[in-house]
Amino acid sequence: MLQDKDRVFTNLYGQDDWRLAGALRRGVWDGTKGMIELGRDEIVERIKDSELRGRGGAGFPAGLKWSFMPKESDGRPRYLIVNADESEPGTCKDREILRNDPHRLLEGCVVAGFAMGATACYIYIRGEFYRETERLQQAIDEAYEAGLIGNNACKSGWDYDIYLHRGAGAYICGEETALLESLEGKKGQPRLKPPFPAAVGLYGCPSTVNNVETIAVAPEILRRGVAWWTGLGRPRNTGTKIFSISGHVEQPCNVEEEMGIPLKELIETHAGGVRGGWDNLLAVIPGGSSVPLLPKSICDTVLMDFDSLQAVKSGLGTAAVIVMDTSTDVVAAIANLSHFYMHESCGQCTPCREGTGWMWRVMTRMVEGRAGIDEIDTLLDVTRQVEGHTICALGDAAAWPIQGLIRHFRPELERRILEYKTSGRVAAQAAAE
Amino acid sequence: MKMTRYREGEPGDFAFTAEDRARARVLVARYPEGRQASAVIALLDLAQRQSGGWLPREAVEYVANFLEMAPIRVYEVASFYSMFNLEPVGRHLVQVCRTTPCWLRGAAELTESCCEKLGVGLGETSADGEFTLVEVECLGACANAPMVQIGDDYYEDLTPERLGQILDDLKAGKEVPGGSRIGRQSSMAEGGMTTLKDLPEHAPSDPSGAPAAPGEGA
Repeated sequence: MLQDKDRVFTNLYGQDDWRLAGALRRGVWDGTKGMIELGRDEIVERIKDSELRGRGGAGFPAGLKWSFMPKESDGRPRYLIVNADESEPGTCKDREILRNDPHRLLEGCVVAGFAMGATACYIYIRGEFYRETERLQQAIDEAYEAGLIGNNACKSGWDYDIYLHRGAGAYICGEETALLESLEGKKGQPRLKPPFPAAVGLYGCPSTVNNVETIAVAPEILRRGVAWWTGLGRPRNTGTKIFSISGHVEQPCNVEEEMGIPLKELIETHAGGVRGGWDNLLAVIPGGSSVPLLPKSICDTVLMDFDSLQAVKSGLGTAAVIVMDTSTDVVAAIANLSHFYMHESCGQCTPCREGTGWMWRVMTRMVEGRAGIDEIDTLLDVTRQVEGHTICALGDAAAWPIQGLIRHFRPELERRILEYKTSGRVAAQAAAE
Repeated sequence: MKMTRYREGEPGDFAFTAEDRARARVLVARYPEGRQASAVIALLDLAQRQSGGWLPREAVEYVANFLEMAPIRVYEVASFYSMFNLEPVGRHLVQVCRTTPCWLRGAAELTESCCEKLGVGLGETSADGEFTLVEVECLGACANAPMVQIGDDYYEDLTPERLGQILDDLKAGKEVPGGSRIGRQSSMAEGGMTTLKDLPEHAPSDPSGAPAAPGEGA
């Protein structure tokens, strides 16, 4: 279990002052100028060595992503874009950073922005986070006033601006190229890649989009050293992670833990355990709505990191743990997610626009059992036709929860179908008599 | 080639107040020269607030004019994002989060109790014009489920009774601060923090301090 001295987010719950004074007391903004003086290449090297993987869901190595930014300037501005459009169902971790530790994020914006040669940073925050936006703006104002950002940021001789940009309600804008479109004042419809944002991003300029948590932990890695970070977790799955634990637990919460903590330990230590005890567990969605669920048998032993969860055909995603006890109508729980993806499909690609609606309609029949046994395979087949056939990963994200359901709960689907048929026959007989 | 021009400054039935015009200029200044379209979401939000929570056609066109954008581009944005209302709403817009993490903890019961209490169906406004009830997808407060957003605030850890109380208070014209209804701070576990009890003391930070050596402070 992670010790308190190794935690990065020391004001996760807002129990201390979120303002600059409190942040300085907690060690934020310590030696920031020194980090800048390490130079671009050295910062990127160290983040690469730390094996920090993106905290927004895909788990792409952060240092590598930063290194894609062009080394030489061609005169175009370059942008760091922070993705604070947190909207993956189950995920509520970035909100705590935004409202309770905003300076940790801003310091990260400075260090990461410098490492990629950025001239400015936009933080794209979901529109519903109105109170969080208010706080973050106040923190930005404080940072300007203290000379931490703006001209001669942290007395480094480098000019750097940070701006807030509010969204207006669209899950798809968490996808990096949709976010860029939205930031340019358009509908949030993803772009085809390549070109990747590092070459052609915001306003056609080199840009890098990173999740809030990824950016916020970066300064601490430089401050405490790569060895400290890689000493936590396992190779390729290093460091700490904020886990959002929701659903049927005694005490839902956000908590920062070591990567690779056993799922059972995570839930029992921090969330008061599964409602009704561990044996009352039915299934867990371990990484936000987009990853396939895991039945209890796997939850008993699985570790919470990228590679461990991939090995059981799920994923760490955003590390949002959605717990379902045995009282759950698991088919309805997944059908609910199908509704979510149908609602959030941007409508650009046909397989996703049509497929998400089709999948939801079939899922609503599966909830009742009003379907044929063979339709389970038809449904699975359709998920495969959506998956991988769209510009962005929303199509995949809509497909995976259903695939997970069929993989682990096919008998339950069949049971409902048979039961519905039987009850229909019984009703028909009763009517005939 | 035909040149398309848009008339400037013809506000029609909608115009920003002097205060909002000043706010709009600050928002536009966040983006590079010629990229003022980036401020469209922010300006539509201002316009919506000024128009009582929804965007009449005149407001959309006013924003288009203000940003020198083709009106169709602004309509596209206004119709794409869920926070823009293209029809009038009540004084309080009650948005119940319906997605799985909230649903597991009773979101459907919240919706049902609201429908009953307000005498409305989803998407409808109560007869007194106070409340419009809608269901929305995940609002990102899953560890505080179930929850609703009313206006700019999140109300968390709800039951039908707790939500009923909030609606009563709002109707009575009271200020109702957002946050958890079981008194917990942010998303701390209800029984108190399980971590952060043994934090090391820090020397106050020095932003312009010396370079951090690798491994230092580990």
